[in-house]
Amino acid sequence: MAVHHIVGASVPRKEGWDKVTGAARYVDDVTLPDILYGATVRSNVPRGKIKSISFAPTVNWNEFILVTAKDIPGKNCIALILDDQPCLASETVNHSEEPILLLAHADPHKLRKAVEAVSIEYEPLPPVYTMEESEQQSTIIWGTDNTFKSYLVEKGDVDAVWKEAAHIVEGEYFTGAQEQLYIENNGVIAAYDTENGVTVWGSLQCPYYVHKALMALCGLPENKVRVVQMETGGAFGGKEEYPSMIAAHAALLAMKSGKPVKIIYDRMEDMVATTKRHPSRTRHRTAVTKDGRILGGEIEFTIDGGAYATLSSVVLSRGTIHAGGPYYWPSVRIRTKAVATNAPPHGAFRGFGAPQSLFAMERQMDRIAQVVGVSPVEIRRRNFLRPGQTTTTQQVIREQIDLHHLLDRALKLSDYAAKKKRFTQENKSSARKKGIGIAAFLHGAGFTGSGERYLNSLVGVEADAKGHVRVLVSSAEFGQGTNTVLCQIAAEALGLPYEGVAIAQPDTTVVPNSGPTVASRTAMIVGKLVQSAAKGIWQTLTKSGLPAGDYTPEEFRAACGKYIAVHGMLKSYSRYEAPGDVFWDDEKYRGEAYAAFAWAVYVAEVTVDLTAYTVTVDDFVAMQEVGKVLNPVLAAGQITGGVAQGIGFALYEKVVWQNGRMLNNQMTNYIMPTSVDLPPIRVFFEELGNVHGAHGAKGIGELPMDGPAPAILNAVEDAIGVRFCSIPLLPEDLFEALRVHSPEQAVSSPVRGTA
Amino acid sequence: MNPSPPAMAKSEILFTVNGDEKTVLAHPMERLLDVLRNGLKLTGTKEGCGEGECGSCSVLLDGMLVNSCLVPVAQASGANIVTIEGMSAHALMAPLQEAFLECGGAQCGICTPGMILAAVHLLDKNPQPAIADIREGLAGNLCRCTGYMQIFEAVAKAARRRVAA
Repeated sequence: MAVHHIVGASVPRKEGWDKVTGAARYVDDVTLPDILYGATVRSNVPRGKIKSISFAPTVNWNEFILVTAKDIPGKNCIALILDDQPCLASETVNHSEEPILLLAHADPHKLRKAVEAVSIEYEPLPPVYTMEESEQQSTIIWGTDNTFKSYLVEKGDVDAVWKEAAHIVEGEYFTGAQEQLYIENNGVIAAYDTENGVTVWGSLQCPYYVHKALMALCGLPENKVRVVQMETGGAFGGKEEYPSMIAAHAALLAMKSGKPVKIIYDRMEDMVATTKRHPSRTRHRTAVTKDGRILGGEIEFTIDGGAYATLSSVVLSRGTIHAGGPYYWPSVRIRTKAVATNAPPHGAFRGFGAPQSLFAMERQMDRIAQVVGVSPVEIRRRNFLRPGQTTTTQQVIREQIDLHHLLDRALKLSDYAAKKKRFTQENKSSARKKGIGIAAFLHGAGFTGSGERYLNSLVGVEADAKGHVRVLVSSAEFGQGTNTVLCQIAAEALGLPYEGVAIAQPDTTVVPNSGPTVASRTAMIVGKLVQSAAKGIWQTLTKSGLPAGDYTPEEFRAACGKYIAVHGMLKSYSRYEAPGDVFWDDEKYRGEAYAAFAWAVYVAEVTVDLTAYTVTVDDFVAMQEVGKVLNPVLAAGQITGGVAQGIGFALYEKVVWQNGRMLNNQMTNYIMPTSVDLPPIRVFFEELGNVHGAHGAKGIGELPMDGPAPAILNAVEDAIGVRFCSIPLLPEDLFEALRVHSPEQAVSSPVRGTA
Repeated sequence: MNPSPPAMAKSEILFTVNGDEKTVLAHPMERLLDVLRNGLKLTGTKEGCGEGECGSCSVLLDGMLVNSCLVPVAQASGANIVTIEGMSAHALMAPLQEAFLECGGAQCGICTPGMILAAVHLLDKNPQPAIADIREGLAGNLCRCTGYMQIFEAVAKAARRRVAA
């Protein structure tokens, strides 16, 4: 093969031209003959029994297709993990905005009026709104104890450390719900006929999740359900599990009407009814030596799962494993749980539990530094994990990671020491207080523990007689660069130009199940399989005349033509094989949690304006080690985008709840960062490599979500000495805290910014 | 789905879209966005929020950058409207599109048509904007993927190229 350097080059995005011309086809850009529009009638109480449903006589209901739970041919659930979430509520509702009834009509205006003309009467049941109420268990709303899942991680003898400790440092930390706020709302089109079964085209991350859910719901075999991913306008986890719900609804309407049905949520429906990041509470109790070394500690991490189990157990798992941060804990006990409340289920969002528990860890580190009397930099240096040491789950760090080096670079790039000194001077005489904060963290790539083994992903690569190569995966593109990076890997493996490789649109009748597009697993795990499947094509061809050494694209084409003339087709598949040295104990929650971690140190510089009560991020350095960077421009884009969402998580994005329902479900009053709100986000990579990923790549997509919030709150404390322990931190929270505490006096009591 | 237009009769509305004169039959209060997307099949203009916050539905109306979700079609009567599909001949388009591809200015792509229109509008008024001008000029267009940095870079690069050309 010729020497190529496609991997590591910033080749342009595969579908980029369609995106910059407006030609890219998202689901709402598509229509079909005789199409109907579908809408969802939802509950307007948090919990209750459905007493009656009435239809106002002002509407001619004969014109409408109407679907209730009785019309479901298979099982009334959205199949995922526990199958506890109904597709349509039939007797009781467990959260506001729970789907009860579906309507379809050819005229969207009439449809909207009809939705308003349905009234549902309930017998109210006592609701549970907060994690604390749920834990009290005075009202049981799920299972026997309101608990979806709990984990216990134990390492060493924690109970013995307290008496040795020079300091015992306690802290309690909270993070709020966060809306993914992809700019394209959820949407699908479904069609049905008896011969082909159900077909769904949608905006989604995981074609085979939808496929599984539709098989169970419709009672159809594998080959009678087809799921096609359309161009997807952002997802961030928000289109991991919810598309199964909206696809189910459209499929039921299509089955009943015999016509294609389109359901596109508007922004208000999308925000009020679909998943968000799990709110969390973390309690730390840490035993440290006189010089600030961690002896051990207890960490309690609790997340609010909403009304149904959905993905909460998995989100909790990732939050649990990341709770100890990138530090060495000689002993630790981590108790975690996901509890039920009568809110719409919380779900996947970039980071998946880790941003929550890492926020707590990194705020706690600054607290420990204060108590011990060392700097935030020094406290981290004294506790960083080193190669050969073990994590909280007793995974041995085999990567040659040097966190001190990452920290040194981040401090230098941010001019940390000089700024720290200057701010201390300047803050004395200014109402605009400046501060600088750091966060060190890690993010595990791929499914947790034995997850990848269960997924058993399959990837294909095919070539036609003209030598055109196509990658066959169910991994979806929704902005991260899946299409581009996987084509780069295949092109490199085959010694072909990047332009010579294409990727199939994810369609369950065309692509094998390469697993869901989640967990920062695509480049590392699916990429490695693409590389191996592509090599399979090469091996096959070398046996039938392709030169074993260098060859030209013409020679490759000729060899494909020759092979296909004899054998009819040329495809190569590669299936995931678990590395032999990875061991995970699901019972004890112990072992190799992830095949690889990405590592990072972020530095945030802020201004806290004591006149306007605003926090502005002035500069942001994102320094990370993510293994081989497959495409520098795309990789940097993942980091800047994740940091921007992290800044939103910390300072802007507040979901206001009223009786378990989002009150501010509009872009007007749920505020995400605009182009004038963000600092320069400066991105730097170290590349250590990783044996488990394609060309040494590790996961990258979620990592940047973890660090910004704690770095920013650490910087705010540096600026004004108030210890905020809760995000989002909005101007009103700042106002409230400073009304009580003068900024000149350091406040040692934690301030919970959001109640 | 759109807010229901008031129960009034449809009427003929004339305007120019991407250089072609069009006559559409629509409720006067129907959103220009829906007329473009559904009536004229110009689906490059996207809906993000339906309330003028995100800018994904940006079009040029008599040279002004507007959110087409907030424009009743009657208000566009007689106007000259340009959507992303009608921009290909504009001198700024090729440099902007190339720069967006090179710099990573488009990720999921849903904000991209609106963002590029906003960039054209900005560079038409201010051919050599400082980064602060670019930030300000794009402040009506939300992007959830990029954190904007690569978009700023792309717009600055396109501006430099045009000056060099």
